[in-house]
Amino acid sequence: MTGPQIIFLAVGAVTLIAAIMVVTVPRLVHAGLWLILALAGIAVLFILLDNGFLAVIQVAIYIDAIAILIIIGVMLTRTAMSDTARQINRMWLGAAFACLVIMAGLLAIVSQAPTATAGLLVEDQVSMEALGRVLVDVDGFILPFEVASVLLVAALVGAILVAMTPARGD
Amino acid sequence: MVPLSWFLILAAAIFSVGLFGVLARRNAIAILMGIELMLNAVNLNLLAFWRYLWSDSLTGVVFIMIVLAVAAAEVAVGLALIISIYRRRSTVVVEEIDLLKW
Amino acid sequence: MSDPFTAIGQFITDLLISIGIDAVITNILLTVIAAVLLGSVVGLVAIITIWAERKLLARVQDRLGPNRVGPYGLLQSFADIFKLITKEFLIPKGADRYVFIMAPLVVVGGVIGLWAVMPLAPGLAGADINVGLLYIIAIGAIGTLGIIMAGLSSNNKYAMLGAFRTVAQMLSYTVPLLLALLIPVMLAGSMGMTKIVEAQSGTWFILLAPLAALIFFISSLAELGRTPFDLLEAESEIVAGFHIEYSGMGFGMFMMGEFVHAFTISALFAVIFLGGWQGPGIESFPPLGFLYFLLKIVLVYFVIIWIRGTFPRIRIDQMNSFNWKFITPLALTVLIVTALVDKLAVENGFNRTAVLLASNAIIVLVTAFLVRAHAASLRRRMEVTDRAPIQQPEAAGD
Repeated sequence: MTGPQIIFLAVGAVTLIAAIMVVTVPRLVHAGLWLILALAGIAVLFILLDNGFLAVIQVAIYIDAIAILIIIGVMLTRTAMSDTARQINRMWLGAAFACLVIMAGLLAIVSQAPTATAGLLVEDQVSMEALGRVLVDVDGFILPFEVASVLLVAALVGAILVAMTPARGD
Repeated sequence: MVPLSWFLILAAAIFSVGLFGVLARRNAIAILMGIELMLNAVNLNLLAFWRYLWSDSLTGVVFIMIVLAVAAAEVAVGLALIISIYRRRSTVVVEEIDLLKW
Repeated sequence: MSDPFTAIGQFITDLLISIGIDAVITNILLTVIAAVLLGSVVGLVAIITIWAERKLLARVQDRLGPNRVGPYGLLQSFADIFKLITKEFLIPKGADRYVFIMAPLVVVGGVIGLWAVMPLAPGLAGADINVGLLYIIAIGAIGTLGIIMAGLSSNNKYAMLGAFRTVAQMLSYTVPLLLALLIPVMLAGSMGMTKIVEAQSGTWFILLAPLAALIFFISSLAELGRTPFDLLEAESEIVAGFHIEYSGMGFGMFMMGEFVHAFTISALFAVIFLGGWQGPGIESFPPLGFLYFLLKIVLVYFVIIWIRGTFPRIRIDQMNSFNWKFITPLALTVLIVTALVDKLAVENGFNRTAVLLASNAIIVLVTAFLVRAHAASLRRRMEVTDRAPIQQPEAAGD
């Protein structure tokens, strides 16, 4: 058991347990906090995969924006009954069975994946300059980049319009 | 080094847990949390494959960044919709939001 | 003796290896010791900063400040700490127990974690990653998470309201903060903190991008919850906001977190805009950089305290409109103009400092002109309709 393997097992266990708690705890605010733990665990796994940039982006976008947004959303849509009412619906056995089937299928596919151990990286950390250049290069990824920007603007405008209190009169 | 299959198994497990959250929970925001778990599992999968097999090109990293951006946009719009529904129907339990009118 | 820090580290490593500990474990042990040392020293700095703040604020308000406990009141912070430790840490009935206890730890942890990437002296930084600035933004917003945890778990509607307003303010001022931080990244060509400091060996970035420095400073003040943006903990407004229910050391941690955060923001400003450890005589005696760094931090912290003693508080709707209608478009404009000017002018051979300063001055003049025009039109509308317009908060004072 080498060092990275021990770290992976520990962090992976924490992430999996946090994920299971997200979908089972009855109080939604707690579920939101477990979600933050799961996201942080995934950020650490990103660091294990030698990609500190994406780990920091994961923390900055998921934990600092999306998770806080979800917790605020939970608070804004709370009714008096919501934490004591039933949280898992009646079909949960079927859902669990379906999830187990899908997981078995995924494991079957994974066992056929190329068994690769990590080769040496070309450079120590992902070069920011190379990433920036490839995002705006015409032979690179400028089209997905621009489409993602348009998508974000559309989501921004759409979210504001949908959540606006109607008919303010001015 | 950590074998590739370990990462893939973990990602598959988190994906299934997220799927259970989407299928079995009654609260709309809890379903959104399950979707976030699934998207994160996909990101982990992509990054593991990128690192082990194609670490000399940046395609994997850009792919993951776009998935991240799409996930952020989807959460924003989803929460806006949920809040709007809550304002009209006073409920976010998806079993009760089953009629298109009233 | 040109690098005492490496010498000390080498000495301890040799000592531990000679006792018989494995080399790998020695490495890990040394890293842990250094991290604990850095975190503790940063946390204890609050003792000095609290005293300095109280004394300075008192002088601004024409009184003496603490002067009973110890000479010049230097031991006042210790007295406060003893009082807070001996008070009972009450957990309100109906509060969410574990979330309530964890919230102050998350807030303080999010602040101390920022020091991991701070370059203290040439060659002395915790972790020299090439995305240091992004790390600062990411970890800095974990404090926001702690505040939400505190507000939601307190079973108190004022705490919840205070937490929401705090988080709304912090999240909205993160946008101009990010935009303003992109400009030094552009000028230095990298996001790593050490590279940003090294890129300022010629001119400091505050001369190259004064508007960006100002926007960063104002947004950081808003993120901290400091005057003039401190309505979140103003006792006359919302009765201490999200930390109403905290007593004893829980409250102590929030206070400590706030002062350490102010210290950290001063350090960030010093690193990004004032040149960090740059100063005369750096090449011959590297530890001198640590002294320069401390001097710059003290200077910026002094300005923050000065502002606290001078400015009144602004309302929450004024704060919101100031952010979205003034600071964010300004930050975007400065970003675009700096990007264009930096590339075009430098390639055509102009002097970089002069061109960037001129572009900043032009933006300031245009903004001042637009703000005056807006204020004049508001005044005209007030005179025409013969009554005050319905709650038109001005975008910025004129």
